[in-house]
Amino acid sequence: MKIVVCIKQVPDTKGGVKFNPDGTLDRAAMLAIMNPDDKAGLEAALRIKDETGAEVTVVTMGLPKAEDVLREAMAMGADKAILVTDRVLGGADTWATSSTIAGALRNIDYDLIITGRQAIDGDTAQVGPQIAEHLGIPVISYAEDIKVEGDYVIVKRQYEDRYHELKAKMPCLVTALSELNVPRYMTPGGIFDAYDEKEITVWGRKDLKDLSDSDIGLAGSPTKIAKASDKVRKGAGEKVTLDPSESVAYIMGKLKEKHVI
Amino acid sequence: MGLEQYKGVFIYAQQVDNVMSSIAYELIGKAKDLAKDLNTEVTAVLLGHNVSGLVDGLAEYGADRVIVVDDPELETYRTEPYAHALASVINEYKPDIMLVGATAIGRDLGPTVSARVKTGLTADCTSLEIGDFPLNPPENGEQKHNQLLMTRPAFGGNTIATIACPDNRPQMATVRPGVMQKLEPKKGAKAEVINYNPGFTKNNKYVEIINVIKQAKSVKNIMDAKILVSGGRGVGSPENFKMLEELANVLGGMVSCSRAVVENGWLPQDYQVGQTGKTVRPNVYFAIGISGAIQHVAGMEESDIIIAINKDEDAPIFEVADYGIVGDLKKIVPALTQALKEELA
Repeated sequence: MKIVVCIKQVPDTKGGVKFNPDGTLDRAAMLAIMNPDDKAGLEAALRIKDETGAEVTVVTMGLPKAEDVLREAMAMGADKAILVTDRVLGGADTWATSSTIAGALRNIDYDLIITGRQAIDGDTAQVGPQIAEHLGIPVISYAEDIKVEGDYVIVKRQYEDRYHELKAKMPCLVTALSELNVPRYMTPGGIFDAYDEKEITVWGRKDLKDLSDSDIGLAGSPTKIAKASDKVRKGAGEKVTLDPSESVAYIMGKLKEKHVI
Repeated sequence: MGLEQYKGVFIYAQQVDNVMSSIAYELIGKAKDLAKDLNTEVTAVLLGHNVSGLVDGLAEYGADRVIVVDDPELETYRTEPYAHALASVINEYKPDIMLVGATAIGRDLGPTVSARVKTGLTADCTSLEIGDFPLNPPENGEQKHNQLLMTRPAFGGNTIATIACPDNRPQMATVRPGVMQKLEPKKGAKAEVINYNPGFTKNNKYVEIINVIKQAKSVKNIMDAKILVSGGRGVGSPENFKMLEELANVLGGMVSCSRAVVENGWLPQDYQVGQTGKTVRPNVYFAIGISGAIQHVAGMEESDIIIAINKDEDAPIFEVADYGIVGDLKKIVPALTQALKEELA
């Protein structure tokens, strides 16, 4: 069985954010991690590998430094890694991103594709379902649990007040929630293999299949940024350090002042 | 490019078990503003089986027209027959704008449909307006008018972006529940009803629902609360949350929490405030033993008043709190509850 996990290197949103003059993110300037929902998806794939001996390939679209998350994935146990990188792919919205990744995936054999539900930078939750749409395969989003049974996946699909147990025939795509599992750590041996033994395949624009230039990069993005700026954070108010009874009096005073009570 | 053929503001009227989700009425509320600016109408798109009883409600909350796709395949939500239905409606009726709720359904249906009809989709919009794109007339190229300008936070709430979709139609956006306001319903209002069925043929994308397991919802929705008493890891234990519950009770509010509390299993996810939980905008938000990570703050910073209690004076929560109290919550919270009981007695 072959599983492909799409992962993304994202800026750690605890840090600050920077922009290029055209309004797109200046990703090169920031501290980077593997997106949490994707990591959970990778862990789900690795658990299936542990049980069934499946082959796990990780794919990412990004800047050259996105290689770091591929190495991390391999150190956790992924067998193969593909980096899709090219200047002309940059500035892509979810349509262009999903089109690009689908273009890469058309070169690979897969039974199951796993993506994270959403990335902590874009926060859209769109790319996973859109990749499935471009590839013409079923999508199951918001997976709380993924099991493989023969040619099928059985997925627990989360809604606000319920879940559906769904059965889908592979090939199909599942988007993972970070609640799915607690991902494993990299092992020392894994890290050694990731940097020494395993190779990363690098693909550029020309390696992507059935993909039109009008569907990639900034120019191929139907959504366009009109403006973007650092949020003017609600500023800090007052801060006091008092003993408990004074603290209570302080709070009571404010609640009255603001007509809460 | 034929974009002028696309007219009207459409909303996806989400129903579950033939009960309309509140988000549908909220979207109509906003759609009415947009339709007014564009001198056009609001159409609700209702997908399901045996759903005609829901039409009047949509009319009463402001829909001018309802397109109903009623078919046994649509009895329970699944991505594929629903995406086929909505995409077919879009291709047939050509809306200028299509709004979908950013719910567990909408965040699956929205992207699938937008890709199918080959247009852009902007997720989790906090504001929608009609305006020009580019915002300022450009040196080269045209400035388009009557465009949908979609504003949304990204980067865990660190940035605010305004986005347009000038060259593709429909312009699609998703909006989270609780962000837009529904209007006062007009009893007896009627809408034009169109029954449409594109035909449904099972294909490889249809999945099988083996089971639907509803989770007992004994908890009220924290998004409805005017006062939230929210606890984080600093509360220390599930037993200590009783202190917060008593404070919430005396104020007529509700308890909520941070993600750490849910991960520890102290409270269910229904109570979670934050980027992967709920976005709340109460009058008063007590952040008790909550450090104030960006992902949490993104879910509550629109609260009118934020009162933080934390023993760590450097906790980031103090950067967004209106009133920050550095101290021991285990001493302050019960005393505060007592003081309030006496005051309000």
